[in-house]
Amino acid sequence: MKRPKTLLALSLALCALVSWAVSFAGRSGHPVNAYFLYVAYDVGISIILAVSLNLINGYTGQFSLGHAGFMAAGAYTAGVLSTHLGPRLIPLLGGDSPFAHSIVFLTALLVGGLAAALTGLLVGVPSLRLKGDYLAIVTLGFGEIIRVILQNTPAVGGSRGYSVAMGYTNLFWTYGFAMITIYVVMAMVHSTYGRGFLAVHDDEVAAEAMGINTTRYKVTAFVTGAFFAGIGGGLYAHSKQFLNPSGFDFIKSIEIVVMVILGGMGNTAGVVLAAIVLTLLPEVLRPIAGYRMVIYSLLLIILMLTCPQGLFASIGSGLRRLLRRKTGVSTSPSTHG
Amino acid sequence: MNAPGQLLVLEQCTIRFGGLTAVSKLDLAVSERALVGLIGPNGAGKTTVFNLITGVYQPTEGRILFDGKSIDGKRPYQITEHGIARTFQNIRLFPSLSVFDNVRVAFHLHVLSGIEHALWRGRAFHDEEAAITAQVLEMLAIFKLERFRDTPAKSLPYGDQRRLEIVRALATRPRLLLLDEPAAGMNPTEKVELMSLIRFIQEKYHLSILLVEHDMKVVMGICEHIVVLDYGVKIAEGNPAAIRSNAKVIEAYLGEDSGSGAPNSQSPP
Amino acid sequence: MSEFLQQFLNGLALGAIYALIALGYTMVYGVLRFINFAHSDIFMVGAFAAYYFSNWFGRFLPPSSVLGATIITLASMAACALLGVVIEKLAYRPLRDRSKLNVLITAIGVSLFLEYAGQLWFGADPKTFRLLPSQNVHVGDLVLNSNQLIVFGMTLILLLALRFIVMHTRIGTAMRAVSFNHQAAALMGINIDSIISFTFALGSALAAAGGILYAMNYPAIDPLMGVLPGLKAFVAAVLGGIGNIPGAALGGVLLGLVESFVRGSRFSTYADAIAFAILILILLFRPAGILGKRVVEKV
Repeated sequence: MKRPKTLLALSLALCALVSWAVSFAGRSGHPVNAYFLYVAYDVGISIILAVSLNLINGYTGQFSLGHAGFMAAGAYTAGVLSTHLGPRLIPLLGGDSPFAHSIVFLTALLVGGLAAALTGLLVGVPSLRLKGDYLAIVTLGFGEIIRVILQNTPAVGGSRGYSVAMGYTNLFWTYGFAMITIYVVMAMVHSTYGRGFLAVHDDEVAAEAMGINTTRYKVTAFVTGAFFAGIGGGLYAHSKQFLNPSGFDFIKSIEIVVMVILGGMGNTAGVVLAAIVLTLLPEVLRPIAGYRMVIYSLLLIILMLTCPQGLFASIGSGLRRLLRRKTGVSTSPSTHG
Repeated sequence: MNAPGQLLVLEQCTIRFGGLTAVSKLDLAVSERALVGLIGPNGAGKTTVFNLITGVYQPTEGRILFDGKSIDGKRPYQITEHGIARTFQNIRLFPSLSVFDNVRVAFHLHVLSGIEHALWRGRAFHDEEAAITAQVLEMLAIFKLERFRDTPAKSLPYGDQRRLEIVRALATRPRLLLLDEPAAGMNPTEKVELMSLIRFIQEKYHLSILLVEHDMKVVMGICEHIVVLDYGVKIAEGNPAAIRSNAKVIEAYLGEDSGSGAPNSQSPP
Repeated sequence: MSEFLQQFLNGLALGAIYALIALGYTMVYGVLRFINFAHSDIFMVGAFAAYYFSNWFGRFLPPSSVLGATIITLASMAACALLGVVIEKLAYRPLRDRSKLNVLITAIGVSLFLEYAGQLWFGADPKTFRLLPSQNVHVGDLVLNSNQLIVFGMTLILLLALRFIVMHTRIGTAMRAVSFNHQAAALMGINIDSIISFTFALGSALAAAGGILYAMNYPAIDPLMGVLPGLKAFVAAVLGGIGNIPGAALGGVLLGLVESFVRGSRFSTYADAIAFAILILILLFRPAGILGKRVVEKV
């Protein structure tokens, strides 16, 4: 990453271009298959969720099983905001124009992200004193509590679900925020400041002895991760246009965790790849729908048994070994590269 | 009790775990630029004293002053901010981080740029990162670790791990360094090297050092002042010669085993 | 007052079932220090095993007779014990030296596998299942169901049997030794692997019994029936002090009572969240649980 900011700007421009091309094709009578578009949104949202969880679970080593709860906080906040306040904001923004709608959507997403971040703060401050599987269970518990609260809130439809009026999500917003998530996580970690996250992951006692305020780092990771989970939730809300509390149960959290583990904890590239593969996998297995979750769970067990460092980490280190043998080039053995 | 020139002062410090009194009414002072040894038989409470000073444990009674300011009740990272750094008896490096990053993390306290600079990555950020890199590399060179720059700390040879832990502690720029059994697991040659290393860093970084060590040769060889603990109680203190002939100390060590580790059984180097 | 007593009895019955499941969590945690996520699905398999056994053997062993019900229950417990041992051997043993989080994920995988395979093989639709005829007994204003009485009786018998095994047999002593220290136990000539297998067998058999008792008191069984009781039983184990056998029983009963009273109040829709709220409070303020001991990290 020599010039990460330029890279980010370029990839955002690319997202805008592709998104514009897709909508142009739609207007000129050659629409892109809607199914593919929705799968593409799912993939982008998975990337956001997995990369943000990787900051918490992978880089900082705080095993959270509550990411779906933060996603739900973002999804409901953004969905309610655009549905209720959108119609009132549009006239103030000069009437029905793409610009006005974009502002409404962006506001909804950001406020959703902030709501999730606030939830992350409320959950994180008390629970981050715990470690390992205890932390995992407490975050799972918080996630479930968020779900039960939503189920018991008639204002957002309770257990019947909530319809979001506008289907704002498109390729630009989805992949634009995916790029921003990747950039933020990578930029944070790749700095002297950010090595603190990895230090907390490796040894908390030693990190404190180096003057690192471990609580602060853990909460920062938690809040940042929750913020992007909220953004992912907002995109999900405006893609599906229907929210049901049961869609944010701990199975959803586990799906995201599996992406992080499979990608290799603390390996952003691997996690992105895993998010893509694992989101596409159920789609590919759709013809044998009855068996697909059985296969999914079996794959999970087999992968844990055969390459516990993550599938893509194993492939990566295998490639490195091969490369070294062939060219004699020594590469950095650090997994956090 | 806080005489001028005294950097660290423990006043009547006691810590109890349930019914066990691990350290009892300990008075201890380390003056500016002194090299003090803390010795005692196994289980005498030496590491507990380190954990008290560094905030891992809070004293049940008593006060701890550093540079005249009370530091008890503070969290470990705050105590490091005050200028106390430590190593651990059972090496605690960041195993998956490279040697370079292990030291870089310790620069954390003296980094001005925080999260916003890391995200914006402007000129100030790049300048500071470059400066840190230069300083880390300089330290690695001084301590002959530069060839391990990108090696994960966990794959370092044992002796180098001990050295890296000291370098990492120095990178926080302490005024007082606590070394917890730095010679453990070293062979005689390495121990001699370690002694000159300790003298060297004390001189170069103008440090006060408090040293817990089992090896009497090392302690007697470099410490000007020695404090002896037994069952959490200070039983003696003084210069190496005085300690070597102290009846209580001899008894404490003889009580433990047949005198092989006793202070008077080893001649000074 | 009778309303209170009625909720108390219902809570006690529910708590007894939580206790039976919680024992499995706590025993496995005791010897392996990890949360066996799949345990809640063994509970489900136990109920289904009894369902199928009563269909197969029903012709010559009527499930409504005491003998039939006993044999069906014992057979289901044996089947689940075997399943528990197999899962440990195939999925957990190879990972024993790996990080606990890897094992946790594997356990989640096993749990998902049992749930989805269950939906495939047993069908996702709820099934009704009856052992022994259920009769209501009226004591003053109180209504006592015969099945509740069976729950109390059976839980008591199983708890006493477990206590006997753990405290007064060689293998129980070995289990306690392993939970203190693997290496030291191995040096004393204890075969760690077989003790761990035995622990899984014991815990799984108790979960199966819990599953059958649960099925007798609730209208239907389905492949996802284990998820919530499993999570709550885990909370019960933590509440009592994880790794502590009397603690698990105590935690189960307490949780069952609290849940029953919440269900009877106007906050009934929050009943499922109450377990998590308790879990969070316990972990934050007394992580060692009611009967557990605090462990100080060595530096």
